[in-house]
This record gives sequence, structure tokens and C-alpha cells, in this order.
Amino acid sequence: MMAYENPFEDAHLQIPKEEMESIVLNETEAKANPTREESPLSSNQNPNPNYSDTSFLDPPSYADVVFSPQSIESNGHNSTISRSTSSSTSEFLKISVTNPVKEQEMSSSLVPGGTTYVTYLITSITNIPEYGGTEFMVRRRFKDVVTLADRLSENFRGFFVPVRPDKNVVESQMMKNEDFIDQRRAELEKYLCRLANHPVIKKSEELRVFLQVQGKLPLVKSTDVASRMLDGAAKLPKQLFGESTAGVIDPNEVLQPAKGGRDLLRIFKELKQSVTNDWSGWRPPVIEEDKEFLENKDKLQDLEQQLSNMSQQAESLVKAQQDIGETMGELGLALVKLTKFETEEAMYESQQVRANDMRNVATAAVKASRLYRELNSQTVKHLDKLHDYLGMMLAVNTAFSDRSSALLTVQTLSTELSSLHSKIEKLEIASSKIFGGDRSRLRKIEELKETISITEDAKAVAEREYERIKENNRNELERLEKEKYDDFVGMLKGFVINQVGYAEKMAGVWEKIAEETSGYAKDGS
Amino acid sequence: MITTQRTGSGASLSPRSPTSQQQPFLSVSVTDPVKLGNGVQAYISYRVITKTNLPDYQGSEKIVIRRYSDFVWLRDRLFEKYKGIFIPPLPEKSAVEKFRFSAEFIEMRRQALDIFVNRIASHHELQQSDDLRIFLTADEEVMERARVQETGIFKRKPADLMQIFKDVQSKVSDVVLGKDKPVEETNSEYEKLRHYIFELENHLAEAQKHAYRLVKRHRELGQSLSDFGKAAKLLAACEADSLGKAFSDLGNGAEMLSFKLEKEAHHLLMNFEEPLKDYVRAVQSIKGTIAERANAFGQQCELAETMRLKEINLDKLMLIRSDKVGEAEIEYKELKAESEEATRRYETIVKLMNEEIVRFQEQKTLDMGIAFHEFAKGQANLANNIADAWRSLLPKLEACSSS
Repeated sequence: MMAYENPFEDAHLQIPKEEMESIVLNETEAKANPTREESPLSSNQNPNPNYSDTSFLDPPSYADVVFSPQSIESNGHNSTISRSTSSSTSEFLKISVTNPVKEQEMSSSLVPGGTTYVTYLITSITNIPEYGGTEFMVRRRFKDVVTLADRLSENFRGFFVPVRPDKNVVESQMMKNEDFIDQRRAELEKYLCRLANHPVIKKSEELRVFLQVQGKLPLVKSTDVASRMLDGAAKLPKQLFGESTAGVIDPNEVLQPAKGGRDLLRIFKELKQSVTNDWSGWRPPVIEEDKEFLENKDKLQDLEQQLSNMSQQAESLVKAQQDIGETMGELGLALVKLTKFETEEAMYESQQVRANDMRNVATAAVKASRLYRELNSQTVKHLDKLHDYLGMMLAVNTAFSDRSSALLTVQTLSTELSSLHSKIEKLEIASSKIFGGDRSRLRKIEELKETISITEDAKAVAEREYERIKENNRNELERLEKEKYDDFVGMLKGFVINQVGYAEKMAGVWEKIAEETSGYAKDGS
Repeated sequence: MITTQRTGSGASLSPRSPTSQQQPFLSVSVTDPVKLGNGVQAYISYRVITKTNLPDYQGSEKIVIRRYSDFVWLRDRLFEKYKGIFIPPLPEKSAVEKFRFSAEFIEMRRQALDIFVNRIASHHELQQSDDLRIFLTADEEVMERARVQETGIFKRKPADLMQIFKDVQSKVSDVVLGKDKPVEETNSEYEKLRHYIFELENHLAEAQKHAYRLVKRHRELGQSLSDFGKAAKLLAACEADSLGKAFSDLGNGAEMLSFKLEKEAHHLLMNFEEPLKDYVRAVQSIKGTIAERANAFGQQCELAETMRLKEINLDKLMLIRSDKVGEAEIEYKELKAESEEATRRYETIVKLMNEEIVRFQEQKTLDMGIAFHEFAKGQANLANNIADAWRSLLPKLEACSSS
């Protein structure tokens, strides 16, 4: 073999420089647009013949499905999987959260120089008749979202109310961080979309008002624990030492659990009751339904654990897919550089041939790397469902504890009633021993009878509330089962189809190279 | 023409080797690694099987036991004797103690040693070397004696030679020529080659580094798929009927693929990463030869210069009719002979190198061609396995959603 005098004479061996650049160029482009979602085939802006994709055009059906525009489109939580409960499918509520803006608070706080906070633009599109309109835009801040969440959890006891995004303790510091703001924006969007997908909540007054009403949010503001305790502490002496009726529980108040309220005395009573329950082993009458409830509770706990585990493993899987794609890309780039070098320095034809082979392998590696990256961003979207349901478990736990606290209220009132009855009994016995009756005792008995009457009303309300919550639990469990089934099947299908599609594409890329280099194989494989 | 084979598992004859006695052949295989010795002294021994019809090798088959340092001895001897020829590279001594006896490392080393010996056996000059014959046929005691004897004197490696080269250069420039610049060949084509070799090593090393990482990534992906599969199967127990079954199938699929990924990782290591590593080593070996050439060139220059000075001196002595003339003449003649010898040695190296570089480029194109083919084949297989495994789940999932 003679060394070539002018290695670039031979046209067909020539490797144009821009081609090399373009491989690198496409790579850096791809790096700059990590969310670019069009098909890798169509992303071919390079009219270079060596890039010819004709050999793996239009792969079998699954690859088509994976790369069709709809399935690749941002599958945020706006697009609901169609559920078979008829009424909800035709009604939709799409919410998007955008455009964070820093605003100044007119300082009424002790901190000098007002604090800043961020507002977000919330756009809703809907055809739900209760909304009386189709498109709305408001600006809300995170505090408003907290208010909304609190009002919902109060008014929708027993429902699986989606859990809102976390507050952040060091908020003013965090606000300066761009990434944090965008992350919060995304979380808010996810949260509101979940609310919008809940068949009951999406029609709620609270949500509607949040989404529609301009200016200040017309919902009762939540107060913090400290001020509630202060209020409660102020009332307590009256309850203990004042008029006997001051200690009675207000029938309306039984609609809410004791814990979040201002009635310290009630809190103490219910606490005492729960301790009594535990110590005496006294349980509410075991009804068939309760057993079922307890079974469900156990199953859901189990589910939560396994979901958490699988969610973790899913994260590792995604990381591993990302890593292999990156390394494949780096290998491709290293081979590109090597090819370029070999081409420039070539003194022998054998080098040219080698450079040619290497270039093809480099191109394939870069393509494969891109495919891995796309595969992965799809995988994340599918497996995110695991994460969603994990979040839902929190809502389920809340709903179950709503039930428990409602039951506790009922039991507390029962205990109260029986102690009142026994007090009356004692007084009657004592009074009967005195000839002509005991005026003061008789008066006391009258007062107690009044208290009993009020307490019986309260107990009736509490029992109704308890039943209502049980019913909500039941319905929500049914809904959860159905939706979980559909969602998980969808997730599995999506994940699997995705894997198949990209694996087919990758096989095509590598088969081509194997074919081109088959001449080197010893056994002609 | 001597036939050769690159064996991966120590198979014996090359498919093209004819059975007739007339065609000379020499084929070698390095097999059966066995751990010998205890503790710090422990080492691996290999069986080296030679099949040949060459007259110098008494007998048609010979089996000997050799260890890594024996191979080092052979390489060093050849490097000394055959200046100008690119001596095939050896795998490195292992740096990490705990890795030294891992199955994978032993296999990688065995493969590399097998390739090493076969390359020597198929090189038209090197195959005739006595040292090779000793290596392939001598008793273990003879081999050990030879090895122990040589390690002291000839413990030179390409890196060391570079240092000697630099020393020689500075000596020559300072003392003889009185200049500060080192003596270097000014042949532009050779300079191009030198530059090429030095640059090539960097590019190759980077590619090899990423290839090695890619092997690791395959293993990591396999591991995470395995964990994912297990988690899916646990979740399956929480779900009823068809959904539970679907999760269970997913889990099984993931576990199966984890196994395939591990296999591909190994395949990638042995058939792509190792050839790249071998390429890097080969280039490093060439750097050694370049150092030898520079050394020879330097010696030639030095002697030529010394001879010139001696000649001038001699003429001077002859002019003044000194009685030292006779002596000086003898000295001059000796020096001239030495100088011519040095020139001859240098020119041999140049000629050999020119042939070697062509062979090298061709060989590398073939080697890399095979490596690329294996790489692509492995990746295609893996991708097809993945596609098949997941595709088999789809009918059941379809059934789930319609129910």
C-alpha cells in the first residue's frame, strides 16, 4: 500500500468538515433544548447524505405510537385520562399557572421596609355551567393557595382532598431564587389541576371563587395555631368557672374537629375521651362496614409502602437511563474528535477507511444518546403517576383521620351525656331524701336537663356528620380504586410502549452499523 | 506466509492454516489461568500451547507454564534486539490489589497476553527470534533463570527510554556540538508521524475512558432494572387481578432485562473497550520505538561529529609530521568503523519503521473494524432484546384496559 500524496483527492473518501461540525452542532443544539420533543427523525436539519435515515424510517407500529405528536405532547396534569364516569368526561376545567411577578407588600408588619412576595397568573378554561363563563384570569399569591387548601379541608371532610404544595419556612430567602419560584409555579399548577380533576371539588364554591374573583380572595383567612390558642385561652376560664352553659359544646361547632378550633375545653374533653378509649379498650360497636373499613385502611397502608418503594426505584431507573445516554454521547463525541484527527493527519488509505468507519460509529453513538435522552423524559412522565398516587395517600390519610375525629366527637358527647345523666340521678336521690324537696338541687337538675337537651342536639349533629364523612370515605374509596386501575394500566402501557418504541429505533441505528462493518467479521455474522 | 489468529478463548488452529507440511505455521494460545502461591506472593500462571512445524522448534506441539513476568521478559528482549519494529504491547501490571484476582481482570489479561504472543508469532521478523523460541519451549526452570538474570540489566520501558533519549540529547548538544538545541531529525514526514503518534494517544485514551464508563453504565442500568422489577412485584401483591398480574409481568420483564444488560456489559468490555485499550498501548509502544530511533540518530550524529574532529586532528598531525600520526590513524579508522555502524543501525531503524507504520495502520483498521462491528452488534442485540421483552407485555395490558 502506497502512502497517498494527497489524501483528499479521492472524492468519495472525502469527509467534509462541516459534516463533522454538524454532528457536534446537533449535539449542542440538543443539549440546549432538553425538552425538544419532536421525533428524532424529523429533527434532522442536516441535509447530509451520511445522515440518511431511510433505512430506519417508519418502524413498526409501536414506534409510530411513541412518536406521534399527541402522545409526545406535554402530558401535564391538564390532560386527564378519560374516565368512564360519564358526567365528568364532558365537563372539563383546565388550569395553568404562569408569569410569576414580584410584588411589594404594603408593610403593616414589624419588619421595616415592606416584604416582597410573588404572585402568579392563574388562567382557567372551562365548560362547567356553575362557572358561568369559559375563560378566567386572576393573580394569586401562595398565601391564597394556603387559604384555599384550608377551607377545602374543612368543608370537604372525608373526601380525598389533594394535598397542597409545602410552605417554605425561610420564605423570603427562597423567593430570591429563580429556580425555586419556577418549581413552586409548577407545583401550584399540578395542585390546581388535581383539584380540577376531582369530580366534587371542581364544582366547589371555594375553587370557583379562587379561580374567578378578581382582587382580594373572598375566603375566610386561615389563622395560625398561636392566635387560635390565645383565643381559646381567653375563653377557657369562662368555660370552667362561669355559667354552666358556657362549657357546653355548640352544636354547630361539632361539625369541625376539636383540634383546629379555639375551644380548648373541648379539646381537653376529646383528648380525655381518646385516652379512655385506648385504656378501656372500648370500641364503637363493630358493624360489618367498619371491618371493611379497617381492611381497606390496612390495604392502603400496604399500598403506600409499596408505592414509595417503587417510586424510589423508578427514580434510580431514570437516573441510570440518563447516565447511559450521557456516556454514550460522550463516547460519540470522543470518536468524532478522533475521526477528525485521523482524517486531517491521514497519510495512508487504511487510515481513511478507519476514519470512515469510526465516523459512522460516532454518528450512531450520538444518535443513540439522543434517543436515550428522549426515552428518559418520556419515562419520567409515565412513572410520575407513582409519585402522584403517593401524594394521594396523604389525602387518603387525612380523610380517614377526619372520620376518626368525627367519631371521637360522637363518643365524647356520648360520654358527656351519660355523665350528665348520672349527675341528675345522684341529685335526684339526694334531693328525695330531703322533706319537701331541695330547692337548690331541683334548680340544678333543671339546668342539667337543659344542658342534656343541648348536648343531645349536638350529638345528633355529630352523628349525622360522622355518617356523612363515612359515606364520603366510601364513595372516594370506590372512585380511587377505579381511577387507580385506569391510571396504572395507562402508566404501564405508556411506559412499555415507550420502551419498545425507542428500543426499536436504537436497534435500527445499530443494525445499520453492524451491517456496514460486517465485512470485518470473522464468521460473517 | 505465516497464518495467525486472534483467539478469545484459546482455540488452537487458525481456520486458514493448511494441514500440509510445506506451509510453515506457528500458532500459539494462552489459556487456563491458575492462581498459584499464597498471600502477597500469589500470582497467576498460564498455559502456553504452541503448535508449529518450524524446524527450530523440535516437535509439533509444546506446552509450557508461564507467568506475567515471563511475558515481560520476552517483550523487553524483543525491544532490545529489534529496534525499529513496533513490539506488540503488554497489558499493564495491576495497580489495585483487590482487583488482581477478580475473574474479569484475569480474563481480560489472558486475552491480552494471547493477542500479544500471536502478534509476535505472526510478525515475519519477530517470529524468527530465539527469545520467542525460548519463551515458547523452554522448561520452567530455564525460563525462570533467564527471567531473573535479565530483570536487573534490561529493566527498560518506553518511559525510561524517553528519559535516556533526553539525557543523550542534552549531552550531545552541550559537549560535542556546543549548541543549546537538542539534535532532532528534520525530516518533515517523520516529524508529522511523531506529532501524529503523540496526539493520537491522547484522543484514543479519551475514547477508551468513555468506553470503559459505558460498560459501567450498562451494569448500573442492569442493577436499577433489577431493583425496579423487584419493587414492581411487591406492588403487584397490593393490586387485584389483572392489574396485579400486569405489575408482576413488568417486574419479571425488568429482571430478565437486567440479566441481558449484565451480559452486554461484559461483551462490550471484552470486545470493544479492550481493543481500544490495546490500541492505546500499541501507540505507547510506538513511542518507545520513536525514542530508540532518536537515540540511534543522536549516536550517529555524535560519532559523525567526533570522527570529523578526529579527522581534522589527524590532518594537523600529518602536517607537522608528528610521530603520533600512526596512533591517530588507528583511532580514526576505529572511529570511522563505529560511525558507519551507528549510521547503519540508524538507517535500519528508519527502514523498519517505514514498513512497520504501514502494517500498523492496516492492522489497526482491521482491529477497529472488528471492534466496531462487535460494538454495533452487541448494542443491536441488546436493543432487540429490550424491545421483545417489553412488547410481550402489551397484549395483556391491552386486555386490562378493555376489561
